[in-house]
Amino acid sequence: MKFSLSWLKQYLETEATVEEIAAKLNAVGIEVEGIEDPTEKLAGFRVARVLTAARHPDADKLQVLTVDTGEGDPLQVVCGAPNARAGLVGVLGLPGATVPANGLVLRKSAIRGVESNGMMCSTRELELGEDHDGIIELPEDAPVGTAFAEYHGADPVIEVAITPNRPDCMGLYGIARDLAAAGLGTLQPIEQLDLPGTFPCPVEVRTDDPEGCPAFYGRVVKGVKNGASPQWLQERLKAAGQRPISALVDATNYMMLAYGRPAHAYDLAKLNGAVVARRAKDGETVLALNEKEYTLDSDMTVIADDAGVHDIAGIMGGEHSGCGDDTTDILLEIAYFDPERIAKTGRKLNLTSDARSRFERGIDPAFLDTGLDHLTQLIQTLCGGEASEVVRAGAAPATPKVVHFDPALTEKLGGVRVDLEEQKRILAALGFSVVTEEAGFDKAWAVTVPGWRPDIDGAPDLVEEVVRIHGLDRVESVALPRAEGVAPPTATPVQKLERRVRRAAAARGLHEAVTWSFLPEAEAEAFAEGNGGLWTLSNPISEDMKVMRPSLLPGLLSAAKRNLDRGASSLRLFELGRRYLRGGGGASDERLSLALVLAGDKVARGWVTGKAQPFDAYDAKAEALALLAEAGAPVDKLQVMPVLSEAEGGEAGSQFHPGQSATLRLGPKNVLARFGMLHPRLAQQFDVEGPVALAEIYLDAIPGKKGATTFARSSYSPPALQAVTRDYAFLVPVDLAAGELVRVVRGADKANIVAARLFDDFRGQGVPEGQKSLALEVTLQPLEKSYRDEDLKAIADKVTAAAAKLGAVLRG
Amino acid sequence: MDYAATGQEALSRIEGASDLETVEALRVEFLGKQGSISGLLKTLGKLTPDERKVEGPKIHGLRESVTAALAARKQALEDAALEARLAAETIDLSLPAPEMPQGSVHPVSQVMDELAEIFADMGFAVATGPEIEDDWHNFTALNMPESHPARAMHDTFYFPDRDAKDREMVLRTHTSPVQIRTMLSDSAPLRIIAPGRVYRSDSDATHTPMFHQIEALVIDRDIHLGHLKWTLETFLRAFFERDDVVLRLRPSYFPFTEPSVEVDVGYANEGGRRVVGGSGDAPGHAWMEVLGSGMVNRRVIEAGGLDPDEWQGFAFGIGVDRLAMLKYGMDDLRAFFDGDVRWLSHYGFSALDVPTLSGGVGTPA
Repeated sequence: MKFSLSWLKQYLETEATVEEIAAKLNAVGIEVEGIEDPTEKLAGFRVARVLTAARHPDADKLQVLTVDTGEGDPLQVVCGAPNARAGLVGVLGLPGATVPANGLVLRKSAIRGVESNGMMCSTRELELGEDHDGIIELPEDAPVGTAFAEYHGADPVIEVAITPNRPDCMGLYGIARDLAAAGLGTLQPIEQLDLPGTFPCPVEVRTDDPEGCPAFYGRVVKGVKNGASPQWLQERLKAAGQRPISALVDATNYMMLAYGRPAHAYDLAKLNGAVVARRAKDGETVLALNEKEYTLDSDMTVIADDAGVHDIAGIMGGEHSGCGDDTTDILLEIAYFDPERIAKTGRKLNLTSDARSRFERGIDPAFLDTGLDHLTQLIQTLCGGEASEVVRAGAAPATPKVVHFDPALTEKLGGVRVDLEEQKRILAALGFSVVTEEAGFDKAWAVTVPGWRPDIDGAPDLVEEVVRIHGLDRVESVALPRAEGVAPPTATPVQKLERRVRRAAAARGLHEAVTWSFLPEAEAEAFAEGNGGLWTLSNPISEDMKVMRPSLLPGLLSAAKRNLDRGASSLRLFELGRRYLRGGGGASDERLSLALVLAGDKVARGWVTGKAQPFDAYDAKAEALALLAEAGAPVDKLQVMPVLSEAEGGEAGSQFHPGQSATLRLGPKNVLARFGMLHPRLAQQFDVEGPVALAEIYLDAIPGKKGATTFARSSYSPPALQAVTRDYAFLVPVDLAAGELVRVVRGADKANIVAARLFDDFRGQGVPEGQKSLALEVTLQPLEKSYRDEDLKAIADKVTAAAAKLGAVLRG
Repeated sequence: MDYAATGQEALSRIEGASDLETVEALRVEFLGKQGSISGLLKTLGKLTPDERKVEGPKIHGLRESVTAALAARKQALEDAALEARLAAETIDLSLPAPEMPQGSVHPVSQVMDELAEIFADMGFAVATGPEIEDDWHNFTALNMPESHPARAMHDTFYFPDRDAKDREMVLRTHTSPVQIRTMLSDSAPLRIIAPGRVYRSDSDATHTPMFHQIEALVIDRDIHLGHLKWTLETFLRAFFERDDVVLRLRPSYFPFTEPSVEVDVGYANEGGRRVVGGSGDAPGHAWMEVLGSGMVNRRVIEAGGLDPDEWQGFAFGIGVDRLAMLKYGMDDLRAFFDGDVRWLSHYGFSALDVPTLSGGVGTPA
């Protein structure tokens, strides 16, 4: 909301400067968003008198003036205005000044060979009006040499943001009231006018929807003459950001801006029969003043006559019955509409207006007669006319709210001690009336809430009133009580897990990305397996941000694509966050996961390594295992299994290369991670070139640590005897998973075998077709005594026997 | 006998040996079992004691000088061979060493860790809640009934879904629903922070439809506005690691707090950047809004299952992304969510930059 300082001063008698007013507005909770001070715009413009005017030697339409600026020698100025003449007092822009209308910086120059030291200005050039037919003519006695801003009496404009709880401050009078309460001046009372009509109101006014429109007051003014509003009114409206339209329309807008009270003026000639507040009929339409047609329904309140709807009640008038230049008789409407009804109707029609924003927040229901009188008076002042008596249909809710308030609460909740007298003064200045309920001054007070404060509904609201007017800056900081000793740790196990895994990934060379939680539908669907249904927004901001991600991979893939498109050659990205699944009872199930994408070169071409090497599925596996280990998962117990069997409700490998992907599982069901190469079809969908390795780790699936935290490690007891290693090479069917062989060998003799590591996978010469040779290094740890040959033989027999169960044959 | 000539010849041949094999051959020739000098030594046994006294030292002298010469020659040849090998093994160490990829922690995560560290010291635990919320937790319980104009101001993302209690599902517009969830689950007294993603259907140069917030809630018996002010000052001073952080509290309006306070922080414009510190009214300074806060509304305390006559407290919510921008100098919020590795390398943090109170929570440039 914007207003000019002079308008504010109509309601607030004050000597305060605009800066003091702005500071106080901020202090009481009316946030100042800007101050427009025209004196700044008009810097460098001066009242000046033309001493002589002569024809320009080289241009017919130009004159060469000598201008008295009030100091020093007169200046020579070239001017093209037809009204420039000797003796004229006008406004001279000196070199260095900026012309407000076009931003041109004036400088000393030569115009057609004649020196010019500035510019005589028109009203349009100074943004003071539209006139551009000639230069400004000031009265003869205007003081030559004075800064024009000072002479003109420039009026600063203050723009404030009004919080939605303060409909009273959506009228300037409410702002003045707050400032007065805060000690910045004296509030001028609203005059109680008594304007009895001179004839009965010729129009029947009725409310058939007392819920939506509890009160509907009206009166006719006959014989008005519409036209442009006077300058003072136009200037106030313009300062407030409203376009002046015509005196009748401007008058209602002025009422709204001044007192926060919307009203409406109908052209009586366009009305037929009784004017009634009623529910709209389903499908009924109205062409509103914004020239759009709205289709209404029976939940909406309208003002209508016999012919149809003329007003979407409390929101916007109709085009048909609006006032125009030829309007002579009008019906004024001032009504009280139910805030909820207005809010719902406005939302449904997606129609905002100044009236709606005030009605839905709640205007003063008591301000009907006074408001109507003031509007009538203003219209009569502007347009003449004769007013009828007022007709009143219904009545506004009148029961005033009373809040029981213990003034001690101000200190208990507000943290500041304010004298009881001062508390009373503040409340009274804001329009509350305070009555002590019980004997003794410090007992609870009964505080009656003024009608313009619908936001007040309890004692804490009154604490706020007292504290904000008293001054929030007078609240002293008080330290929170602190537990004795060193602050105990507060991080949850999940938080610790997140931190650890995040920093582990970063330490492994991955960059942490944060990508949108929402995805394009197609990308979400490509990763929706086993999600139980995607969460799709009703009102997405765009099609690209429509569905909550069921996986972190699509977002990372898109980020990878953007990076590759920007010329990145190697990408290691990860993200730690939630994926969104369906939970029980219609709630969401948001699961913590870490996803990573490896794309481009794993190793750039190098003088040692030769050609660039791409990432492969083993890189993704390495990251997955390393991060799972950091997350505390028992990685030595994990099994490498297919991504998703069809029995598990998915098409195997639809996101991953079916032959180059796997899951890491703890037991057959609990998938802790999946990893592998991106499916070429998806690579195409995401438009990423080159092989891409992916992994997704389900941090929520990792079993937590059991038992109480202990710090002491298990005792350290290195074996007394040295371990020995033995190598075994087996011929196995080519489709046997190497991990299987390692697993059975590792388990062949649990007392002696402490490790088995695969170090060779060979196919080709010397290995029969359909087979491969796998070589393992097995570590044996003797416990009490060193191995004898027969001990080693026995272990070897167990190894070969175990391997044989998988069809593995020891190579000779 | 005169061994000088023999010795001279032997020494000269040893001197002339050009490789270790020749040296070894000469050793065998002179000192081997069948060697010439070994042969001379054997003759000693056949001599009379007097002759032995004369010849013995000569032969031993000869043997010693040859032995020494052989050792010296061997050493010299070995040294030369090592020199030659080392010379051959010289490499160009200006060639690049193998590179390790450098990762980074996202500024949002880093700042969240910083905040958790500061608030832990002030006794705040961490609480969480779902991002896909029901409208009761997101609005109604926070004193925003269905028709409340503030609801419309929240630019809410809606889902067509309703939960089992027939509540409309939304993307949480703030972290405040965690207040309700925590009061309901943990009762009072409470001191928590709740960090996380929040959503508004708003997108322009300074707003993204997703951003990060951290909520703080303190519920106890005697908590008042003064405690709120202290907590904000203390936390912002610790976060920016400056003692001259100045706050301006302005009355405001949020449905879930009463009284409500908006908080500005003073900053200076330095080279086109906002640097937090000093009063916003000082020359070259201005105020910038950083957070909304207030005393928890009685209705909210009731919705949290607590008795508002017994419990009161404060809450505030602050944008984590904005805090990160202010502290570390990023100017474009949208870049936070782009995953551009150039940006991540530039603004991201090392894995080892773990915020600690003893080291200062911030990481210097």
